[in-house]
Amino acid sequence: MIATAEPGMRRRRLGASRDDLIMRLGLGVGFLLLTLTVVAPLATLLVKAFQDRAGGFVGLANFLAYAESPALLRSLHHSLFVALLATAICVTLAFAFAWCLTRSCMPAKGLFRAVALVPILAPSLLPAISLVYLFGNQGLLKGLLFGASIYGPIGIVMGEVFWTFPHALIILLTAFATADQRLYEAAESLRAGRLRTFFAVTLPGVRYGLISAAFVVFTLVITDFGVPKVIGGHYNVLATDVYKQVIGQQNFQMGAVVGLILLVPAALAFVADRFAAGRQVALLGARSVPLAPKPSPAVDAAAALFCTAVAVVIVGIIAVAAFAASIKLWPYDLSFTLGHFDFDNVDGGGWGSYRNSLTLAGWSALLGSLFVFTLAFLVEKTRGLRWLGAATQLLALLPLAVPGIVLGLAYIFFFNAPANPLGAIYGTMAILVLNTIVHFYAVAHLTAITQLKQLDPEFETVAVSLKVPIWRSFLSVTLPVSLPTVFEIALYLFVNAMTTVSGVVFLYSPDTTLASVAVLNMDDAGDTAPAAAMALLIFTTSAAVRIVHTLVTRGLLARTQAWRRRITEAPREA
Amino acid sequence: MVTLADVPVPVGAAMPRPEAFLRLVDIAKQFGRFTALHGISLEVFKGEFICCVGPSGCGKTTLLRIIAGLDAQTTGQVFQAGAEISALPAARRDFGIVFQSYALFPNLTVARNVAFGIENRGLARLRVRERVAELLDLVGLAEQADKFPAQLSGGQQQRVALARALAPAPSLLLLDEPLSALDAQVRARLRGEIRALQRRLGVTTVMVTHDQEEALTMADRIVVMAQGRIDQIGTPEQVYRHPATPFVAEFLGRMNVLPGRRLPGDRVAVGDVTLHCAAGACEGTTETVTLCIRPEDIAIGRASGDCANMVSARVERLEFMGSYYTAHLAPRGIAAPLEADLSAQAVRDLALRPGEWVEAALPRDRLRVFFGWPR
Ligand SMILES: Nc1ncnc2c1ncn2[C@@H]1O[C@H](COP(=O)(O)OP(=O)(O)OP(=O)(O)O)[C@@H](O)[C@H]1O
Ligand SMILES: [Mg+2]
Repeated sequence: MIATAEPGMRRRRLGASRDDLIMRLGLGVGFLLLTLTVVAPLATLLVKAFQDRAGGFVGLANFLAYAESPALLRSLHHSLFVALLATAICVTLAFAFAWCLTRSCMPAKGLFRAVALVPILAPSLLPAISLVYLFGNQGLLKGLLFGASIYGPIGIVMGEVFWTFPHALIILLTAFATADQRLYEAAESLRAGRLRTFFAVTLPGVRYGLISAAFVVFTLVITDFGVPKVIGGHYNVLATDVYKQVIGQQNFQMGAVVGLILLVPAALAFVADRFAAGRQVALLGARSVPLAPKPSPAVDAAAALFCTAVAVVIVGIIAVAAFAASIKLWPYDLSFTLGHFDFDNVDGGGWGSYRNSLTLAGWSALLGSLFVFTLAFLVEKTRGLRWLGAATQLLALLPLAVPGIVLGLAYIFFFNAPANPLGAIYGTMAILVLNTIVHFYAVAHLTAITQLKQLDPEFETVAVSLKVPIWRSFLSVTLPVSLPTVFEIALYLFVNAMTTVSGVVFLYSPDTTLASVAVLNMDDAGDTAPAAAMALLIFTTSAAVRIVHTLVTRGLLARTQAWRRRITEAPREA
Repeated sequence: MVTLADVPVPVGAAMPRPEAFLRLVDIAKQFGRFTALHGISLEVFKGEFICCVGPSGCGKTTLLRIIAGLDAQTTGQVFQAGAEISALPAARRDFGIVFQSYALFPNLTVARNVAFGIENRGLARLRVRERVAELLDLVGLAEQADKFPAQLSGGQQQRVALARALAPAPSLLLLDEPLSALDAQVRARLRGEIRALQRRLGVTTVMVTHDQEEALTMADRIVVMAQGRIDQIGTPEQVYRHPATPFVAEFLGRMNVLPGRRLPGDRVAVGDVTLHCAAGACEGTTETVTLCIRPEDIAIGRASGDCANMVSARVERLEFMGSYYTAHLAPRGIAAPLEADLSAQAVRDLALRPGEWVEAALPRDRLRVFFGWPR
């Protein structure tokens, strides 16, 4: 035995390097910011639910008052039914669609992908308006419902599936995109058939994405109030209850109560997702070989057929809105007009609200994507302070369990409190930007984390051994490799800022009216055609930005992602 | 147990023992209630090539990560170049590392991967470029400088990772199963290349592997680990010829293992046969012993001379191994089977066939005796 210099029995810890300190500091700042913008407002909301209008503590009185109305159980039942049905339909369709896009050799993949993502560019009010034109009392296709009414669960589910489809698709595409060719080659060499390969390689590879997608869709549906507001008729759901209490009756306390109830299903789904996420493993290393699907005429034809059907429905719904926006008076005068775009003549804020929406979307995308990705990196890679990383992760995902409508309400309570020095931003564009980034934080964060998990975990270790500061490996490896994901996040934030209603509906001021809210207000006031026109304008803007994004990303992929192209004639081992 | 006397003098040093370059003192590592490493002590001398070898899960990677400062040991100390570095984070230690996954940066070309650790360090651009070219030359990849990692074969990627680790001229090189993702031929060639490179640069190297052949062919000294403990440290010849434990004996190379009972006068009874051992080899405490002998140490003949340690055995099977044969023998009076290696020449000369009887000689100086019966 080599003699021991000292007993050395005390538990050892490694000292922190400068990088470690910088990262921990960054993580701490991120944690504080999220606490201030997520936890504090929600806490205020929680307090509010236990107060009367004057601010006195009343215990559970508000809850009891609500529970005594049978409307609650009915709305809850409605919400769950609609959300589960829409989730099942939406995730199934999105899974099949994602598979076709990544694993088949059908033609026109780029076009199908573009069309499938189209609904994300429109406010949820748009499909609802279109469905009214299609299946409403004077609808074009009313006969297809065989007497059933579109105003109710049928309309809500249809509208929600349309609107949430791209959300599920994006998550599943990311999951599908990380396949390693070698796994498939291995399966093939083991004579596994298509079906066996699917269950042994494909499904496990996207399992995490599948669970995430279901979770996201369920939460989006149960918390959305745009679709049920327009097409729900008398079919009440939780989200419309909050809206009615707050906007209709100015009953903030009761709004807070319903908001808290709305948190429950979203939170349950959230917990389930976290459980599943713990099992994710790194899939894409430098040595992975990107998957190149092999042609198979029958499969490719079936895939093309399926995708065409989905694409036709999507394009159809947008076309109906465009149609509604550009004819004089449905169904009596079908002549063409641009008159519905003269927003300054109807209530809702006019063209100014459109400009405000652009400002909001721009800032949200720029600040949001950089902040989200950087904080996700810190959460994933900071050594030491594990509890802080875990806590920040939890806060970053928390918004997913918080319906936009609840978050908006919480922001009123928190930022409008007289004692709050941050109250200065109340009524300004800043609070709208903040609310929007926070509202959509979780999906953006998950996208960033999923990307980071796919990178080889030893990248940072190697950088450390080479004495390269962490920011340099972040800037020259992690960020460039992840740039498509960062752009995806920016686009996601931009488009959601353009289209969202639920978060900002409580927060806009006369100076900061927004286009999406204008759609809601115009539809409410019976100006359906201008509402369709504004919805279409939002859609067109989002679409234009999406196209620019695609072009930029393509140029970028060509330049910085050259490594993804596998050169088949690369020399094998000599 | 391993004693200091077992630790050989490093290559090329006939003078008094120099100070160890890397010294681990009583390192232990606990994961929750599971102890991955128990009191590991090890000295590595400057310029040495050390292989840590052991079965999967014995704690090799854990040990390497502790040396690198990527994980903290639970107790114990690490010294490098005379200074204690037990609590230094990886960023403040001096080492280069190559992983089984290589972890090459996929968006950077081969040249930029290699340059990664030497750029932005106040080194002139020209000098960086020269150094990169020098290293790529060294690993034979000068032509591939502008390719991306995904465009290289596994062996080439491995060499890029090596060049990248060596670029800042670290004083310690750590390799975690660097060859295990490669096929046998490439692996065999790279073994030689890595070893030659290491000699040329004189960089102290600790390599972790579970491939005993790799360890035997590459190392100056081998550290054999099992279940979080070091079983033996020694040159390849030492651990191969004089394994310290039955585990080492069986893990490194092939070994015939015979259970026996100690008799007076340096003799051991194995089944009905009595074997003679080297003088003093049988002085131990227990009655039961384990006899070990390597297949290549058994001599096979036809003559049934009555000399010591001759055992009659039936040839069960002859296994063609390329340059030699392995005869699977069923010795008379011994329950355990024996394996013996013969040259192709010997097989021809003896006209050996399965089912025949031969005489196997177990030379007494090749018999290793371990006390107790491990299984
Ligand atoms: N982070 C960890 N948490 C808990 N246990 C761990 C952890 N890392 C390693 N272990 C355990 O410690 C033991 C040693 O692991 P280690 O990775 O060092 O093995 P190894 O010798 O490198 O094996 P292999 O040859 O398979 O790479 C194993 O039993 C492993 O399960
Ligand atoms: Mg290992």
